[in-house]
Amino acid sequence: MFEIFGIPSSALFGQLLIGLINGSFYALLSLGLAVIFGMLNIINFSHGAQYMMGAFTAYLLLKYSGLGYWPALIVAPLLVGITGVIVERLFLQWLYKLDHLYGLLLTFGLALIIEGVARNELGSAGLPYVLPEALQGGRNLGFMFLPNYRAWVIVASATICFGTWFVIERTRLGAYLRAATENPTLVRAFGINVPRMITLTYGFGVALAAFAGVMAAPIYNVSPQMGSDLIIVVFAVVVIGGMGSILGAILTGFGLGVIEGLTKVFFPEASNTVIFVIMAIVLLVRPAGLFGRRA
Amino acid sequence: MEQRVSEPLAKKPSALRGQADTIAFVVMVAALIVAPFFTYPLFLMQAMCFALFACAFNLLIGYVGLLSFGHALYFGWASYLSAYAAKAWGFTPELAILTGTATAALLGLLAGALAIRRQGIYFAMITLALAQMMYFFALQAKFTGGEDGIQGVPRGHLFGVIDLRDEMAMYIVVLVIFLAGFLFIYRIIHSPFGEVLKAIRENETRAISLGYKTDRYKLVAFVLSATLAGVAGSTKAIVLQLASLTDVNWPMSGEVVLMTLVGGLGTIFGPIVGSFVILIMQYKLAAVGEWVLVIQGVIFVACVLLFRRGIIGELANWLRIRL
Repeated sequence: MFEIFGIPSSALFGQLLIGLINGSFYALLSLGLAVIFGMLNIINFSHGAQYMMGAFTAYLLLKYSGLGYWPALIVAPLLVGITGVIVERLFLQWLYKLDHLYGLLLTFGLALIIEGVARNELGSAGLPYVLPEALQGGRNLGFMFLPNYRAWVIVASATICFGTWFVIERTRLGAYLRAATENPTLVRAFGINVPRMITLTYGFGVALAAFAGVMAAPIYNVSPQMGSDLIIVVFAVVVIGGMGSILGAILTGFGLGVIEGLTKVFFPEASNTVIFVIMAIVLLVRPAGLFGRRA
Repeated sequence: MEQRVSEPLAKKPSALRGQADTIAFVVMVAALIVAPFFTYPLFLMQAMCFALFACAFNLLIGYVGLLSFGHALYFGWASYLSAYAAKAWGFTPELAILTGTATAALLGLLAGALAIRRQGIYFAMITLALAQMMYFFALQAKFTGGEDGIQGVPRGHLFGVIDLRDEMAMYIVVLVIFLAGFLFIYRIIHSPFGEVLKAIRENETRAISLGYKTDRYKLVAFVLSATLAGVAGSTKAIVLQLASLTDVNWPMSGEVVLMTLVGGLGTIFGPIVGSFVILIMQYKLAAVGEWVLVIQGVIFVACVLLFRRGIIGELANWLRIRL
């Protein structure tokens, strides 16, 4: 063990690791928000609630059907994604011609409903989720202790993030998506079912949030308010990064997680607010966001 | 064309038009004068504070088209400063309310200057994020009392003379503050300045091309809205003798959006009706506990999908008048 700026290396790298973990959740959630905003022109306020739904689905699957962490990682996002598809068909599809603000208000209402139901059914105290055997324990890297599960979270979310980026920016399906974002009418004229694409995009974005929720379940306790606190920070991340670029959303998410982790080491009082302060500075210096285009 | 937040109301002019808002105002004042003899004055005072808060919020969303999702910041911080001034510094109530209001105005200036740098959906996210930042400051600061808040705030003597521990005296003070705030907002909306605000709501690009410095107009409107929200918050702290984290946290920002939406965005009387409806609902439903959250969510969804004009908006549309 050695010291950096008078801080033991294990503490410094420990916080960096926690920062990277938070950063993976910021990245996954802001990526989902950006994908949904691109296609639907709606800011999905219920994103945090859907993240919480993912964690709760994993918890309930384990409790009632004995399905463990690994199946839940697939099943929970799928189930929550299906609820997303239903929400889009039932509610959101009526809002596309209205002012953006109505989408925000409606999804805020949905977030209240989801959180309220969760509080009633499951109580507001946090519930623990047991780690899978294979990921318990950790290894000593010499300068710090690395728990296996945390390493897995970072690798998995980075893989999902860059996979999404690859699909959207480098494949034919992604080309359709980007084209439909630019000009839906023209893309429809080419015989592509744009409304169905919009529905599935929302389902996918929601599933991403749920996936983040399942991964968060063993780290934080599963609780009804786990999403609402997070979503506001993610909004700030989105303002900082700008929603124009997928890669931008991912990099901003990880980067801000790390900065937040470092703040916990050097100036713990500000760790809750550092992302908001950065947002204020970015607004002063580069109003369109780091990766944003001026509208 | 996108449908804007407020739709054009009356298609044909009606005989009532022009006097409708005067009649509605007289009815409202009469109702508020007799109401304390029929129901709890404390509830009415609280409702008037929230009504003024919602009117201030509506000034932005309804007349400039800016959705602030962080109005709890001005309401809550004004409430803290007002409570602290009255309790720790021994200010008289009118000075305490002024202290809170000035705080809200200053915070509105700072937050507004940042938020108006982005439009639309980003504006909403920025105001929410800034409010959350100030929530964390309130949570950590010593003077706010953290989780306990500032309790047992003395109501004191107005101008050092009138004892506000008397419920009726307090009621009259709150009524006067509420009506003054309401008339001030009415005046803003119907002034040349207000006309420019509405032009920005309808088409900002065109307003700019007509030579208006729209950013300045938006900032002034933002500061006015924050200041009036501050009046409401400061008064509430004196009435309920309490300032707490609830007032400054995001669900409060959501609540004022809900009140305005239910009553009718961009209507003058809508926010008042909306805040009374929501507060009555909360009192009646206090027994069902957490389900209040679900019911509020359902109202949000229903309003956005079926009922975008709100109560007063629908009524005005039906009577073909402007309220």
